[in-house]
Amino acid sequence: MISERNQIIKILNKAENGRRILPEEAVVLFHFDDLLLLGRVANTIARGKNGKVVSYIVDRNINYTNICIGNCHFCAFSRKPDAPDAYLLTYEQIEQKVTELVNQGGTQVLFQGGLHPTLPLSWYTELIAQMKKKFPKVVWHAFSPPEILHLSRVSGLSVREVIKKLKEAGWESMPGGGAEILSETIRVKMGKTKITTQEWLDIMELCHQEEIGTTATMMFGHIESIADRVEHLHHIRSLQDRTGGFRAFIPWIFQPGNNPLGKKISYKASAFEYLKTLAISRIFLDNIRNIQGSWVTIGKKIGQLSLFFGANDLGSTMLEENVVAAAGCINQIDEKEMIYLIQEAGFIPQKRDTFYSYQKDTNVN
Amino acid sequence: MRNSHFWESIEKKINEVHPISREEAICLMEEKDIFLLGELANRIREKKNKNFTYYNINAHLNPSNICVNSCRFCAFSRKWGAPDAYDLTLEEVIDKVKGIVTERTTELHIVGGAHPYHKLDFYTRMLSRIKQLYPKIYLKAFTATEVYQMAKISGVEVEAALKELKSSGLDCMPGGGAEIFSSRVRAKICPQKISAEQWLEIHRIAHFLGIKTNATMLYGHIETPEERVDHLLALRQLQQETGGFQAFIPLPYHPQNTSLGGRNTSGFLDLKVHAVSRIILDNFDHIKGYWVMTGIEMAQVLQSFGVDDLDGTVTEEKITHAAGAKTPSHLSEDWIRQLISSAGRIPVERDSLYNLIRQ
Repeated sequence: MISERNQIIKILNKAENGRRILPEEAVVLFHFDDLLLLGRVANTIARGKNGKVVSYIVDRNINYTNICIGNCHFCAFSRKPDAPDAYLLTYEQIEQKVTELVNQGGTQVLFQGGLHPTLPLSWYTELIAQMKKKFPKVVWHAFSPPEILHLSRVSGLSVREVIKKLKEAGWESMPGGGAEILSETIRVKMGKTKITTQEWLDIMELCHQEEIGTTATMMFGHIESIADRVEHLHHIRSLQDRTGGFRAFIPWIFQPGNNPLGKKISYKASAFEYLKTLAISRIFLDNIRNIQGSWVTIGKKIGQLSLFFGANDLGSTMLEENVVAAAGCINQIDEKEMIYLIQEAGFIPQKRDTFYSYQKDTNVN
Repeated sequence: MRNSHFWESIEKKINEVHPISREEAICLMEEKDIFLLGELANRIREKKNKNFTYYNINAHLNPSNICVNSCRFCAFSRKWGAPDAYDLTLEEVIDKVKGIVTERTTELHIVGGAHPYHKLDFYTRMLSRIKQLYPKIYLKAFTATEVYQMAKISGVEVEAALKELKSSGLDCMPGGGAEIFSSRVRAKICPQKISAEQWLEIHRIAHFLGIKTNATMLYGHIETPEERVDHLLALRQLQQETGGFQAFIPLPYHPQNTSLGGRNTSGFLDLKVHAVSRIILDNFDHIKGYWVMTGIEMAQVLQSFGVDDLDGTVTEEKITHAAGAKTPSHLSEDWIRQLISSAGRIPVERDSLYNLIRQ
């Protein structure tokens, strides 16, 4: 017991002193239940990188279609093309949503959808070009590696060509979705057939090379092991060493409602496991500046506490969120409440843009 | 926030089991470093309860929502004659009990409004009927507010009322009705309710009669950190005198459907209040994280901040849910055990007096 604790403290000291920890050391940390000790170190590292500032963004989700040829067991959002509740938004509908966003001081559209079987690349490039013309300040934080790969297949162009064409149209940033757990055995069991670990990493790397900055996510708390989580973190850290293109890392909990993967597990990952995973992510990913806490999947109370366990960003105020809500998880937060929760915990709220540049119009009370 | 001398003094007192001062307690209540608070609270928690977290298999019974008081934080109470007022007869109470207890149930938690006309004999008959049917189930019944009301309208002293309740099967008492002891706050949020002195006196009498009780504190409304500290110190003092309290249960305020309004407590405030309570109440064995009110996620995390008890499976919680609680009204035993073990603690099923039933 004593020697185990000493070993842990040695690892944590190393991290706190700015030295990198090994994957096997991260595994040791995952088997350790002293949340306070892990939190304290993660908090020191987070504050060292970003001070007392906690950022957030005013954005909105636009899920342009729920039609998807993928068949992921963890998804409650996707529909077959002939399903009665399948939809594809029109340009007009999308423009309406962007207008609402701009009217509320929003700066980012989180634009993602299913893998639509027939929608051509030009639908995307023309849309972005049109919207960019009308709303030049709004950043399109759009797509995900599975969507880019799919667009390459639909268009017959290489992935790099697709990235270039979208970038030409005005695309500037990509969220890290579709990563789930970057471990092949788990992905196969999850029915995660739409993209492999290597494809996900390759597309991220190409984006970074083409100067499309991205984020990275991890969805945990389903059938993965501790070793799988660490493998995931290690992939992200190694790629970041090569490109520096990840702006933020966002771990979130798998939501077991309304999807086949949910039937394989008894309980969703607990708040304790969430905070622990967040803290270890902060400790391990020494080359990523921002770690985002998630209140959408775990609620406002734990979302606020994530600020003490390694998070320095609370993501978005989310005018609209469909994918997680479809899995039975509904949490709403507005900018005022976001600011209150950040300040109450002793941090400095700061509205940011997609690129983590701080905005002047933070509505501090 | 404080200098190292301050923390050394607090640590020394905790290690030597000396009570901390009011001023020190107020500093703790205003502290923003949750790790310092958590480490102190956790040290006391592990000293008293090792790595165990307790729970029980319990059911809630609320015989009536009719109440003579109109507390502004309450969304449950109704006036007599209101369209959604309800008032179970003795037979209905028995039917209800039969519906909610299982073979595994070890405790019935019975609380309701301070009823305008049910006299003591209504409650003594209730307890003895239930006890007759289920002799092994502990009856944890009636807050000090209810006991005061039933004694008053029956024209007897509280002591006599408690004696009769005890001989009818009352095993222990819940800790409700304490709210915040500050008379300033009580005048604003529960002016008709018994005073802090009356609440403490009723618990003192219960303890002298051998009835163990719990204590609570409703926080996150209009009270100040000082008022929270004074509440805790008053409890600490009575416990010093009687030793009759089993658990202290901080209760986060829920604003929905109340006339007081306001916002829900934050995770940060929940952590702080539970941890500081654990530090101040060094003569209480148990600090409970009441998941119905804190939320399941918070209750789990609170195990690292002083909490060693997660209440129970709770069948049919009504009072907090009337105020908009989004928690389920029941947890399976399996889920509770999971919440405990996945936080690195050892789940222990207990009875109402903290005797071990199963590890």
